[in-house]
Amino acid sequence: MGGSQRIGVFICHCGENIAGTVDVSLLAERSIEFDDVAFSTDYEYMCSDPGQNKIKEAITEEELNGVVVAACSPSMHEETFRNTVEEVGLNRYRCEIANIREQCSWVHPKYGDRATDKALKIIKGTVEKVKRNEPMEPVEREHADRCLVIGGGIAGIQAALDVAEAGFAVTLVEKEPTIGGHMAQLSETFPTLDCSQCILTPKMVEVNQHPNIDLLTYSEVKNVSGYVGNYSVRIEKKPTYVDPDACNLCGDCEDVCPVNVPDEFDQGLSSRKAINIPFAQAVPSSYTLDEEACLGLNPLRCSECAEVCDADAIDFDQASEFLEKDFGAIIVATGYELYPKKKMGEYGYGNFEDVIDGLQFERLLSATGPTSGTIKRPSDGKVPENVVFIQCSGSRDPENHNSYCSKICCMYTAKHAKLYKESVPEGNAYVFYIDIRAGGKDYEEFIQEVREEDRVLYLKGKVSKLKKVDGGLKVWGVDEIAGEKVEIDADLVVLAQSIIPSEGAETVGKRFNLNLDQNGFYKEAHPKLRPVESLAGGVFFAGAGQGPKDIPDTVAQGSGAAAKAVDLLSKPTLTHDPQVVSVDEERCSGCGICVSQCPYDALEINSRGVAEVNEILCEGCGTCSSGCPANALTLKNLTNEQVTEVINAYLGG
Amino acid sequence: MEFEPKLVGFLCKWCSSAGADLAGVSRREYPPNLIPVTVNCSGRVEASEVMRAFRDGADGVLISGCHPGDCHYTSGNYKAGRRVALLKHTLDEFGMNPDRVRLVWISATEGDEFARVVREFTEEIRALGPGPYSNAKERR
Repeated sequence: MGGSQRIGVFICHCGENIAGTVDVSLLAERSIEFDDVAFSTDYEYMCSDPGQNKIKEAITEEELNGVVVAACSPSMHEETFRNTVEEVGLNRYRCEIANIREQCSWVHPKYGDRATDKALKIIKGTVEKVKRNEPMEPVEREHADRCLVIGGGIAGIQAALDVAEAGFAVTLVEKEPTIGGHMAQLSETFPTLDCSQCILTPKMVEVNQHPNIDLLTYSEVKNVSGYVGNYSVRIEKKPTYVDPDACNLCGDCEDVCPVNVPDEFDQGLSSRKAINIPFAQAVPSSYTLDEEACLGLNPLRCSECAEVCDADAIDFDQASEFLEKDFGAIIVATGYELYPKKKMGEYGYGNFEDVIDGLQFERLLSATGPTSGTIKRPSDGKVPENVVFIQCSGSRDPENHNSYCSKICCMYTAKHAKLYKESVPEGNAYVFYIDIRAGGKDYEEFIQEVREEDRVLYLKGKVSKLKKVDGGLKVWGVDEIAGEKVEIDADLVVLAQSIIPSEGAETVGKRFNLNLDQNGFYKEAHPKLRPVESLAGGVFFAGAGQGPKDIPDTVAQGSGAAAKAVDLLSKPTLTHDPQVVSVDEERCSGCGICVSQCPYDALEINSRGVAEVNEILCEGCGTCSSGCPANALTLKNLTNEQVTEVINAYLGG
Repeated sequence: MEFEPKLVGFLCKWCSSAGADLAGVSRREYPPNLIPVTVNCSGRVEASEVMRAFRDGADGVLISGCHPGDCHYTSGNYKAGRRVALLKHTLDEFGMNPDRVRLVWISATEGDEFARVVREFTEEIRALGPGPYSNAKERR
């Protein structure tokens, strides 16, 4: 652009936020003296309509070809001002923000002249940068139009249905033999007490019947490559050894199978056979032969199931199938599990049969559970007369366990206590709690009803230990309100175990390059404004994998993630930031150092022996350019020259 | 007049520049000696750019990237780590104190930490005194 530079500098007061600390009129006076600055002004709020109009008028009247807005952080209004300049025909990359609020006025309120001097240097540096900014146009690229949903709990189900209803093809991958997740195990749901399976199974059936949904159960994501809009994913479908189309669910195989193992669906409170169906309404509706439990898939050792199967549905020769598919958007809904009881030394390391966790109690309450809904304790089948519920077991305990609140335990414990009292009206229910957190529609009212009408005894305090005694358990705790120690002879203890991310979260996180927070939950792009997006483009979160949440929040997040996925899939093409690396072939010796530096495989040495950039794959980090020994690579609009001139301006050059 | 160090701070836009913004939002004060240059990645920072900053009169250079394992671009911070180690070695050979360059990891949520690091670095360089070309501009 050489000598034809005409830069305008626009200084925002941001009310008193900037003008209260730095001398904004002095900034405007001094900026006009910088080389190639043709216009400068200051105004109360540059981001307001009149402020933006000032910029547009000056560009037109003063024939400006570059703009510096000295204001708040570019993360706030860079988009605003770039759109503004574009409206009057200036390329958006010819506008830069000088951050004189967050990185100057707000942090130097006591420095007066020195703060003004720093602001002036930042503006001068930004002028030097924008003078050398090339106009750029966004790079357009095609994308795949299929959505992958990982996890078939209620979050994944909701997300898959919403995306499918919007008209896009969905592949739903679930690692268990059926979809439904933990919600299928629950008895009733708070605060309405509607039966969990009754509200869930219609959605499970809908998934199975939806023409846009391809359901892959007993399957896992193995390899991932690609980038936003174009992920290539390899999925393993494990063998069930049963042909679901042929299986007529007669159950004869299950009857003859000689192997008994703990039933995962009943949280170990009952046993199942090696060949089994998790529950009656499982989707897909078919038996699965668990190869680890089976005597060996070997007809010489045992083939009783295959022999008895009239439908000829059992096939010992099945093997894993691998599918490769391209996906435009990914929704990760890998859910939660409970913090293991065996980590709770104070509550018996999970060694006491009658100390169970919340999900086990759900199974005891459930009509489809091991006791058909009659509450019987595991050790001897006795109906418990005294039940102690312990909240925050493993939660809110930074010294020993997890520091965070698991959010749903106050509510489900209240529900447990209520359902217990309805089932055993003469029994006693005690709830130990730290605080009651009942934020949610009708939640507080539900807790009040449980405390007052169901006569459940709430004790504010922690249980320090419990011990097995003759015929039951002894529980020692404190009642902080009465200020005394409490000792309870209990028949059954229910631990509201902390919610932790499911085992698969770490693996899935690594495969898609997702950040996890300090507790292992997926980290969202912004805790408030981008709660369903990851920082990896095109990957969204739904459900408890992102943080503990109840069913309504999970369903809402599932729909939110689906909306984000549909937003991406419905665009004809995706635009890619044009700030990529370019190669000066004259300088390039073809050494290939840059190829090894690039984390995106965006560089290769081409047939002419020089580096070539794939602009679609390049994310614009610039690591290759600073590694190039010949200075042959340049990150557009952040060149060596720009950085050097910006610093030179700062240092008074 | 007391010596006021002139400091340049290369800040990764995904973490440390956002951390510096958070220091502003939470009004964590620090002295105005350090002027920020926001870059796409700490891996984008080139040794020659740091050397030129010294040539042009900087007394100290801070490079701040994402914590190990958290790089927005997967691994740029590790490359920055190796390059800065080499750069410090080179500075030493040139007879300059390698402590004039400092590499730190500051995330977008660490506004306090950003303010603390700038305060600390300013005092460290103040104690070291002017850099070899501190008065470059005045001499020119």
